[in-house]
Amino acid sequence: MSSVDGAVAVTTFRGAFWRLYASEARLVLGRRRNQALLVVLSGIPVLIGVAIYASRPTRPGEGPPFLGQISGNGLFLVFTALSVCTPLFLPLTVGVVSGDSIAGEAGLGTLRYLLTLPVTRTRLLVAKTLGALTFTLSAVLAVTLTGLVAGGLLFGWHDVTLLSGDTVGIGNGIGRAFLVAAYLVGALSGLVAIGVFVSTMTENAIAAMATTVGLAVLSFVLDSVPQLSAIHPYLLTHHWLGFGELLRQGVDSSALLRWTGLHLAYAAVFLSLAYARLGSKDVTS
Amino acid sequence: MTATEARTELHSATDLAVRTRGLTRRFGKQVAVDAVDLEVPRGAVYGFLGPNGSGKTTTIRMLLGLLSADSGEVELLGRPMPHGVPDVLPRVGALIEGPAFHPYLTGAANLRRLDACDRTADPRTSAERIATSLARVGLTAAADKKYRNYSLGMKQRLGLAAALLQPRELLVLDEPTNGLDPQGTREVRHLVRELAADGTTVLVSSHLLAEVEQVATHVGIMSGGALLRQGELHEVLSSEAAVVRVTTPDVALARAAMTGLGLDVQTVGEGLAADLGDVAAEAVASAVVASGARLRGLQVERPHLEELFVSLTGEGFDVLR
Repeated sequence: MSSVDGAVAVTTFRGAFWRLYASEARLVLGRRRNQALLVVLSGIPVLIGVAIYASRPTRPGEGPPFLGQISGNGLFLVFTALSVCTPLFLPLTVGVVSGDSIAGEAGLGTLRYLLTLPVTRTRLLVAKTLGALTFTLSAVLAVTLTGLVAGGLLFGWHDVTLLSGDTVGIGNGIGRAFLVAAYLVGALSGLVAIGVFVSTMTENAIAAMATTVGLAVLSFVLDSVPQLSAIHPYLLTHHWLGFGELLRQGVDSSALLRWTGLHLAYAAVFLSLAYARLGSKDVTS
Repeated sequence: MTATEARTELHSATDLAVRTRGLTRRFGKQVAVDAVDLEVPRGAVYGFLGPNGSGKTTTIRMLLGLLSADSGEVELLGRPMPHGVPDVLPRVGALIEGPAFHPYLTGAANLRRLDACDRTADPRTSAERIATSLARVGLTAAADKKYRNYSLGMKQRLGLAAALLQPRELLVLDEPTNGLDPQGTREVRHLVRELAADGTTVLVSSHLLAEVEQVATHVGIMSGGALLRQGELHEVLSSEAAVVRVTTPDVALARAAMTGLGLDVQTVGEGLAADLGDVAAEAVASAVVASGARLRGLQVERPHLEELFVSLTGEGFDVLR
């Protein structure tokens, strides 16, 4: 009965999800704290570049080999900066934003107002995840782009000698830099999903952020214990630095795809958990 | 389903904006809401009263699908909840347990955020609706101030503005005058009357009884998780014992006449008073006059909501649990 009586059509507007996502992205990227994180990330390649520039060997052949490569070609600053950021700075920023996603709204009390608009819980979860992924992309691009610019200005761009010893043109080199960035975004998506899941468990955003970053650190720690080598290939962070594969002539794309598959599997599992958790959650905040 | 059942069902679905049956929710061992049968007719201004911790907010959260019920049913605007959330809530505006917004965004930006998240909101009219609802709560001048710099009253007003972003059939306002100065309280009262005049059903929870008494057409009184009384305001009040006061210089004659009606008469100041019970006030008047006493005044006093509230929920200042 009531379904007949209550079937008052609710008019929804085209592009409504796009509006929701855009609002979410604006919220994430417009927040001062998050902007500060991006600025810090952008500073890292600059810092490394300037340090190497100041201490560059006056004669070729001196100094550590990798750093010598940077001073010889600015493009290597990108790869070095991404390698430096991957174990700590990137998971830190990704953990902050994804851990904040739901718990931040719950802590402010705005979650109850979103849910009674209503934003259905599924739509909210998808929008929040995409918002955190957008930030992750921005974070990786911040390092990549400032690395490219700073490296070019300090050391110039030249043809790239790959790890395999082959030499490719600068266009090819820059293309590889963006492939590395894309691989890292995929790798970090697993952590984003963990962060969103943890975020559905609490109203305390700081706790959710700390837990998310803590889990990434734990994965790195387990990865460094040789006795646990059996589980290493399945750890969240084990293949994060696997982007080095993209710096060889014959790229082992099947390995890269396999690793990306693992990262996406992490994302799928934790997003499912988040969905189950948020869907049945009593909102008392 | 028989025809009669069908008719009853249809009747309830169309006439009641909010209807719960046996709504129950426990938190651990404690029963926060205990078999509540809430009935808010369409077009009513329903004053939802109860001391702190009596289960009002838990009930409201279940109405809006934020909390699940342990047992019982909820129907909002004729649709079962929480199943009907996507269809029903766009037609419901809510202020739940105080306003909540992003502190680092301005008032207007917060409303833009909410409007952008609402898939039933027309993006073309967004700016206009936001300006209108800010004006309606008197926040136009503070629209571009950060929310964190708002006073408590301004935050409350922004909460109301958010509830009014779209035309609503039902407004659920939990303590809407919290933190408002007397001027703001008057404005909210005025706003509620205005909305009700447009046909919006308003469910307003409050502990300000005088406030509710002035705007409500219906009341429900909760205590300890149970709904103790519910109905039209005047019916709920008249169900309570009225007191008749008789002013006369001929006290002895009048007393005899009133006692003759079976009243328990007491001398109060210059006159007499008695609990009216089932006796009609008119009968008291004619009996006193017939006795030859000179009747100077006769008053029937019904209890105010506050007295009824206190008599039902106890005078104690303690939070119940």
